[in-house]
Amino acid sequence: MAASVRELRAKIRSTQATKKITRAMELIAASRIIKAQQHAAAAAPYARELTRAVSAVATFSNVDHPLTTEKENPTRAAVLVITSDRGLAGSYSSSVLKETERLAEKLRGEGKEIDFYLAGRKSVAYFKFRDIDHVTSWTGFSDKPQYEDARTIGEALVEAFAEGEDIDSDADSDVDVRPVDELHVVFTRFKSMLTQEPDVIRLLPLEVVEGTEAPEEHELLPLYEFEPSAHEVLDALLPKYVNSRIYYCLLQAAASELAARQKAMKSATDNAQDLIEKYTRTANQARQAGITQEISEIVGGANALADATAGQE
Amino acid sequence: MAGTLQVELVAADRVVWSGEAVRVLARTASGDLGVLANHAPLLSVLVPGVVEIEASGGERVRAAVGDGFLSVADNRVSVLSEDTFLADELVESDVRAELEQAQSEGDALAVQAAEAKLRVLQRS
Repeated sequence: MAASVRELRAKIRSTQATKKITRAMELIAASRIIKAQQHAAAAAPYARELTRAVSAVATFSNVDHPLTTEKENPTRAAVLVITSDRGLAGSYSSSVLKETERLAEKLRGEGKEIDFYLAGRKSVAYFKFRDIDHVTSWTGFSDKPQYEDARTIGEALVEAFAEGEDIDSDADSDVDVRPVDELHVVFTRFKSMLTQEPDVIRLLPLEVVEGTEAPEEHELLPLYEFEPSAHEVLDALLPKYVNSRIYYCLLQAAASELAARQKAMKSATDNAQDLIEKYTRTANQARQAGITQEISEIVGGANALADATAGQE
Repeated sequence: MAGTLQVELVAADRVVWSGEAVRVLARTASGDLGVLANHAPLLSVLVPGVVEIEASGGERVRAAVGDGFLSVADNRVSVLSEDTFLADELVESDVRAELEQAQSEGDALAVQAAEAKLRVLQRS
């Protein structure tokens, strides 16, 4: 036996310790998913009402709002990348980053410059390692996003977008200004405990009616009166709508991250168990070989002794 | 008075209060607004202030809201605001600290929001 029994025992012990850790992480992730899903459910009424209100204004007034009008010649796009803060979640962050690369390629192909906005330490590390510039980053809340976080991100993005509006007319005169013409979000959609898919949505200019949260069964919206005016209502509504959409993305991403982590930790635990079994078998074999060897040595020794005494007589 | 209103008081991450009510009072961008049953469909911008709901059981619910919206349609009233607090969720000392900070920063909206919270506390 190549490895001694003692070495194997040490390996088994350390694998057991690892298994305990991965098992604990798996259980923690599992319990947090439930919480994340509850958060998502709690946020649903606000998103639903807001979507109804936005579609009502959009349907019943012909107001053109900067946040909803498409530019004729979009030249700069902002991309918000939502990844996790910590690793040990399988391919969760890397598949988001791959999707980001794909989107970036596409946007560059359309002749747009890209501003990156990052959420989650993993994406920051990725961009830093590749020496790609980003505008701002937010970290520290990936597995438990609060509405405040979404609001901070939303305000920054809407501001970047609105700046583009103001400077639009003399955009070519000043090279330094960076009007953002569209805004995309790359995040992971939580489909089920087993599947989470990286996804891209275009947040701005707004496409108000979205398949996922549109008002049910095309109910007829009542003829609203708007106070003080449709334009002002829209002005106040849209930034909130953006925040709410970002919050939705963050919650989806958080649930996906936890599900991915649970899955990764489960397979790590299973692998550790397999390793422990394998090592235990090898250790048993080594022990048995040792015993067999000892017995044959004793038998051999006894025989030799017996032969020697027999020869004397 | 015929009919009641289905009222939902919704914050960004939860439903703060929901139930039947007779009357809803809120402060909108164009002045104070009272909603009774059979009100015409309305979408209005809220300014930070106090929303008062007269529930069907005679109970009065007061909540401090930040900027947000009020929508009325088919006897359903939704009050949406990112920051919505009932009186028992507020702590007076915290609110006073918030008010002072807002005043020192000269942030008019934040001052309004903090004052609304104080009013909710004092009247409950």
